[in-house]
Order: sequence, then C-alpha cells, then structure tokens
Amino acid sequence: MDWLFFGEISLAGLAMGGLYALIALGFVMIYKATRVINFAIGEIMMFAAYLFLAFAGGMELSPWIAMPLAVLGGSILGGVIEKTMIRPMLGESPISVVMVTIGIASILVGVVEFFWTADPQLLPQFLPREPVFIGPLYLAPKIAYGFLIGAAVLVLYLLYFRFSRGGVALRATASDQAAAYSMGINVRRVFNLAWVFGSLAASLAGILVAATGGLSPQFGIIGLSVLVVVIVGGLDSILGALIAGLFIGWLETVAGAYLGGEYRMPATFVVLAVILVIRPYGLFGTHEIERV
Amino acid sequence: MSILEISDLSLSFGGVKALQEVSFRVPENTVTTIIGPNGAGKTSLFNCISGFYKPQQGTIRYQGKDLAGTRPPARAALGLARTFQNIALFRGMTVLDNIKLGAHVHMKSGLLGSLMYFGAARREELAIREEVERRIIDFLEIDHIRRQPVASLSYGLQKRVELARALAMRPKVLMLDEPVAGMNREEKEDMARFILDIREEWGVTVLMVEHDMGMVMDISDHIAVLNFGQVITEGLPAEVQKNPEVIRAYLGNSDIDSLRKKLNPDREAA
Amino acid sequence: MRIGDAKQTYQADEAIWTSSTQKFWFSLLLLILLVFPFLANAYLLYLGCLVGIAVISTTGLNILTGFTGLISLGQAGFMGVGGYTVAWLSLNTGLPFPVALLLAGLMAAAVGILVGLPSLRVKGLYLAIATLAASVFLHFIFAEWEPVTGGMAGLSLEPAHLFGFTFQSDFRMYFIIVPLAVLMVFAARNVFRTRVGRAFIAIRDRDISAEILGINLLRYKLMSFALSSFYAGVAGGLFAYFYRVVTPESFPLAMSIFYLAAVIVGGMGNLLGGILGAAFMTLVPEILKLLTAALTPFYPNAPVFMSPMLEIIFGALIVGFLIFEPHGLAEIWHRIRRFFSLWPFRN
Repeated sequence: MDWLFFGEISLAGLAMGGLYALIALGFVMIYKATRVINFAIGEIMMFAAYLFLAFAGGMELSPWIAMPLAVLGGSILGGVIEKTMIRPMLGESPISVVMVTIGIASILVGVVEFFWTADPQLLPQFLPREPVFIGPLYLAPKIAYGFLIGAAVLVLYLLYFRFSRGGVALRATASDQAAAYSMGINVRRVFNLAWVFGSLAASLAGILVAATGGLSPQFGIIGLSVLVVVIVGGLDSILGALIAGLFIGWLETVAGAYLGGEYRMPATFVVLAVILVIRPYGLFGTHEIERV
Repeated sequence: MSILEISDLSLSFGGVKALQEVSFRVPENTVTTIIGPNGAGKTSLFNCISGFYKPQQGTIRYQGKDLAGTRPPARAALGLARTFQNIALFRGMTVLDNIKLGAHVHMKSGLLGSLMYFGAARREELAIREEVERRIIDFLEIDHIRRQPVASLSYGLQKRVELARALAMRPKVLMLDEPVAGMNREEKEDMARFILDIREEWGVTVLMVEHDMGMVMDISDHIAVLNFGQVITEGLPAEVQKNPEVIRAYLGNSDIDSLRKKLNPDREAA
Repeated sequence: MRIGDAKQTYQADEAIWTSSTQKFWFSLLLLILLVFPFLANAYLLYLGCLVGIAVISTTGLNILTGFTGLISLGQAGFMGVGGYTVAWLSLNTGLPFPVALLLAGLMAAAVGILVGLPSLRVKGLYLAIATLAASVFLHFIFAEWEPVTGGMAGLSLEPAHLFGFTFQSDFRMYFIIVPLAVLMVFAARNVFRTRVGRAFIAIRDRDISAEILGINLLRYKLMSFALSSFYAGVAGGLFAYFYRVVTPESFPLAMSIFYLAAVIVGGMGNLLGGILGAAFMTLVPEILKLLTAALTPFYPNAPVFMSPMLEIIFGALIVGFLIFEPHGLAEIWHRIRRFFSLWPFRN
C-alpha cells in the first residue's frame, strides 16, 4: 500500500470534512432551535455560490468583497425563507415541514437555472495557488485554504454560540422552548436568527466548496452528504456534527479515490444505514423518551 | 379470586423511581380504583400492565399467568383493554372506525382479503359492524355521532367513544385512566352508570384511576392508594377513607378535618 | 339539495357507493374512460397513459405516507425495481405481461419490506432518510450491476404481450394501464374499509396507543411498505412497457419527490386526493409546454426558461399547498361538491 498517497487522500478528505462540519453546524443550529430538518441546505449553499459568481465574475468585484456580500445574501435568504415559508408551518407535522423545505429547494434550483442556465460554471480564482505541504504530504491549495477559512469561521461560530447573548438565547430555546419564552426570550426572533446563522455557515461553505469543485444547479446534491453527516453525528449535537463531518468527508474522498467516484455516495450511505440500525439517534444525539 | 395480581413492581426512569415495590390485587368482577396524588405513579402502573413500560423488577400476573415477555398487542388480545388519560382517539377516523379498530385483535382477515373485500374478509367486517352497533353503540348511546370524525366531538363524547373502543376489544379487564376528568356532572353520572353496567352486565373487571373522590367512593368495590410510587394501603372504600396515612398523603399534615371532608364528600354534592 | 338515504341494513351502509347518484356519476366516469382512447389524439392518449401510471404510484405512496404516516423518499427506487424486473423478464423469459407485472410488484414489495425493516426503531424523518439511503443504493445497483441491469445504458425491452397479442402502441397500452389503475384504486379503497386499513391509520395518528390497543406495529408497518411498493413496482413495470427502455436515470430521486408532491397537492390520506394530485402534477409540465409553445413566436427565448420555470412552479405548488391548503385538491373538490349538494341552500 502506498502510504504517502493514502496520507494525501486522507488529508484532502479531512479538509473537505472540515467544510462538511461547518455546513452541518449550520444545519444542527437550525434543527436545535426550530426542530426543522432543512432539506434545502444544499440549495442555499448553491444560491450563495451563484451570488458570489455574480458579484465576483459578473460585476467584477474583488473576491474578498464579493464573498462577504454573497454570504450576507445567503443569510438574508435564510431569514426570508424562515419568515415567509417556515413560520406559517409552526405546529404542523414534521413531514409537512420537511416537504416545504424540499419545495424550497426546487424553487431555488429553478431560480438559479433561470438566471445562470443549467450549464456548469467556474468560480473566479481567489485563493492562493502555491502548493501546500504538510510534512511530506501535498495538499491542493484550494482545499487547504478553503479548510483554513472554514475552520476559522467555525471557531468564531462556536465562541459566539457559547458566549454571546444571542447564543445563550439560542441554546435556551433549544433546550426548552416554553421556558425560554417565559423568561422573556423572543422565541420567534431566535428562530429567525437560527435560520440566518445556519444559512450563513452554509453560504460560506457553499462558496468554498464551489471554488474547489465548480458550480452547477445540481450542486445542491451535496446536501445529501450533509444529511448523512448530521444523522451520523446526531441531529442535535454540535460535537457530533464536527466529528461526523470530518469522518464523512474523509470516507467519501477515500472511497472515491480507491473504488471510483461512483462509490462515494454508497460508501457514506452504508455508514448511515448502519448508524440508523444500531444507534438511530446518531453517535451523539439525544434519545427522546416516548410518552403515551 | 384475583384476575390481576401485581407484586413487587418497581420501575424507574434514570434516577426517578416511578414505582417502588408496588403490590396489590384486582379481585375479579369488581370495580377497583387506584387513587393517589398527581405524580404518584398511577399512569406508569397502567403502562406497565399494558406492556408499554418494562418494569425493572416484579411480576404482573393475569389470570394466574406471568405477563413478562408478552408484547402489548398480545396483552390486548388476552383481554386487557384500556382508555388513556389524554384521550388517544385516532383523529383521522370516524367514531365508527375508531370503535371497530378496538375489535382488531379479534379479527383475522389479512391483506389479500382486505384488498378484495370478498368472502371471509367481507363477512367478518359486516359481523363486527353488527356487533359494534348492537352491543356498544346502542349501549353507550352514541348512535347519532357514528359517522362523525372524532376531532369534531366534545370532550365528554370523546371520552365515551374511547370507552366504546375499549369495549370493542372484548375486555376481561377494562383499565380506565381518569374516565370522568374534566366532565360536567351529568356526563360524570352517565359515565358512572356505564361503568357499573359494564361490570354487572358484561361481567368485566374494571380497574380505574380517578381523582373524583365522590365517584370513586360511590362505585368502587376495592381501592388501592398510591403515593410516591408506593402502595400505602388497599381495601374497601370505607376503610381507605379512614386511613390516616391516606389523609396525610392527600393533604400533608395540616387541617385533617377539611381533608376528611374532601375524602368523604357530601353525597348531595357528588 | 339531496336528502333521504335511509338504509335498512348495515351491509348497505358499508357499501362504497351508498346512493344511486354516486353510482350514476361513477358509471359515467367509467364510460368516459372507455371511449376516451377512441376520440383522443396521440398526444392526449400519451397523457392518459402517463396519468394512469402516476395514479397507481401515487396511490401506493399515499397508502404509506398519507395513511400510515411513514414518509418515503424511495418511491422512484421501488418503481425502478418493478421496471427492471419487467425489462429483465421480457428479455430473458418472454413471460406474458400480467405475470411479469405481478412479479414486478412482488419484487418491489420484497425490497420494500427490506427497506421498511428499520421502521420499528426509526421514525418520522429518520425513516425518510433511511428510505433516501435505500434509493441511493438502488440507483447504485441499477447503474453498476451490468450483467442484469445493463449498466448506465439500461435495458430495452419487447412490447407487452398476452396470448400472442402485442401491446406496442399507446392506444393498446391504455387498455392495460387505465383498467389496472381503476382496479388498484378500488383495491386500496377496500383496504380502508377493513381492519388492515384501520390499523394503518391508527399507526399514523398514534402509534403507541395503537400498539396498546392490539396492533402489531412492525407487522403493519411492513405490510404498508409492502403494499405501497407493490403499487410502485406495478407502476414501474407499466412505465417500462410504456417507454420500452429503462435506465438508471429513468427513476431519479426527483421522481420520488414528484410523487410525494402529488400526494401532498392531492391531499394526504385521501385516495381521491391521490388521483387528483397524480393527474394534476402530470399535467402541469404539459400545460407549461403548451404555454411555452404559444409564447415562442413572441419571445423566441421562451423554451430556454421552461425547465427552470417548471422547477419553480413545482416547488411553489408544494410550498403553497402545504401552507394554504394542507388537505390538498381533495378538500377543494369536497367544498365544491358540498356547495352543489346543498344547493340552492347556503352552506
């Protein structure tokens, strides 16, 4: 076995996994606060990446201005979706709410195709191009810098979640909605905030992933990998999202490199199936007690 | 003779002890009532008997047989029927379908028969309809609502439909979880009458959890008192009423007189 | 206003059609379905067949998701199992079509049971994701198991045949598809007149109470999966006979979502809703095509925007119905009917 190759593949996989962890964090945030499984997360990522394309490519802004703008756009999109389409579904069955997010995904794909056609697009180069070596291991620069930016934001996120006023409100709402409400927390605002921040993470990750792999209206498929990540980690566990993100990113890349690209999805879905059977609530998720 | 015998039953969730070495008997063809303050473990006990909770220790014997390892549906087939504290009707079905569902365990037709609605499957459905109409709907006086979706009914009627569904299970032991909670006096009187009729005419043993002391003292043959997961005492209504521990459980150590009044309410008021 | 449907026996009260008016309208519908192919042009005939296939599959998914409350994203996968079964049988055995369709249904039902197995432990959305996993695996098998499925190129098959008679045209396929659709909708209707259907609904409404009332959850959940995927398998088999080719891309994930959308738009847990939803969702793209064709002389670019518009309309229908009319087209239909049956009195 070629250990150098395995090491390089693993490294690339883990870097990809870091981005998965970031998206999964956004996903978990939305789920914890609002109990909504967001099937549109991949499409929100895609939408932000297209915004970036428009700002950096179409309007020829500097990528470093275009990126925050696109992330802002994606976050606003999340907030608008929550306010107009998720909030009216409050109290409906989870199945219906999930279907709403699937509908939203379809709308976003249509909108993107409408403005940018169905053809694949390349994002302007904006990450440094010098090869990166970690010890003897080569890592593609796009992936390495993407990971660095993603990781930095992820840390900021966790700090915000842990220490800020909004973060505390979010956690309080997640652990007991009624109690949070009675303590004067504006639960509606928290819901909205969760969607805005969740979409923010997704948007940033979307731009970084699209910068390495290209962009098309099918980009949202990546949402399926994220779904696997959050199920394996546990829908309501931040730690789970981080660990499972790294693991699934690694597994997908290794399976793709050794078995061929068509094995990427089945490989992660095997893990998903095993987890569903032996630990339905994920590695770190909480098991809810059922009542009559 | 006891139809249901519970001995040494313990159940805990994490650190919370819902039931601690609970033992009592349900004599056959009686109305036996479990009383106790909120959180005493009454509904947990019902859930153990139904098989939904698995007690860590102790046995439940029904007609002399240990029920451990018997799954909830099989217990239903053995004649253990029940209603629920927070009405558990199926909101997507009509009253009639809810009641027919109770007869599920006594029917046999499988998927193929159902798809074709032919032969044995059809005969069975019609027979159940007939039985439900003649024995239950007439008896509980709910013929005017049989086609209505249950969600549209008043609380009192919903409780009655739930009783009807339990009767369709052809019970030997009928477990009623707070059958008159939230009802007005008229509805309570109707329900009390139904319960007594069920015991007398159908020969069914009734095991009931109820807070309404007036009704409990009126219709029970046998009472068990549960507090903090333990049986404090059991016996005839008159004995239980006088037991000082029961009074303490209900009212703390204060004003015994008012407590006594509460436990032994004015017959007029009941 | 119609009044007076006094019945003398419980048997009469349990019938599907309880009044002669209902029988009249239903007979009329059957008559229309019968003469339709003789009057319709090729395009309408083609649409009729598509709607028929969609009705069967939607009814199947409605049994599982609408009536039993088990959400499935695997419907296209189950249809694929049926489609590939028919294609393989057609190429390797030459069995007559009723046998092949039956086997397609049974094969899909077997796969459905396998997929449904986790349903006792995982519920709701976790189950949806398990079915999603199943559809990923099925797609992988369709694409990679070359000796049987023909890989990415797929399989081409012979037309359906019975006693030497072949069904190579849409006109002839219509007479397989539509009667089968009517039959299978009726079979589903029967299920919900009996204990099996009641058990399904009970599981949807309150699974724990249902178990305490004597319903074996695993058994009935698997039964619902089996029945639903049987319908999907038959629909997939008809799909294969109709297009005479199956490839892995014939049954994409988008198709599963299409059928979920049909169930929602039509009305979850309502058989009539499933029919309306299937017809509606099948016809939406066609109406859009007509509109585009009409607009092209004025806006030459119109065809370019058709596919994105379809995605948008599709999504907007799902979201709109869920928010504004959660009981779907069936509820709208009932409102119209109530209006006419009470006419001339105000509701």
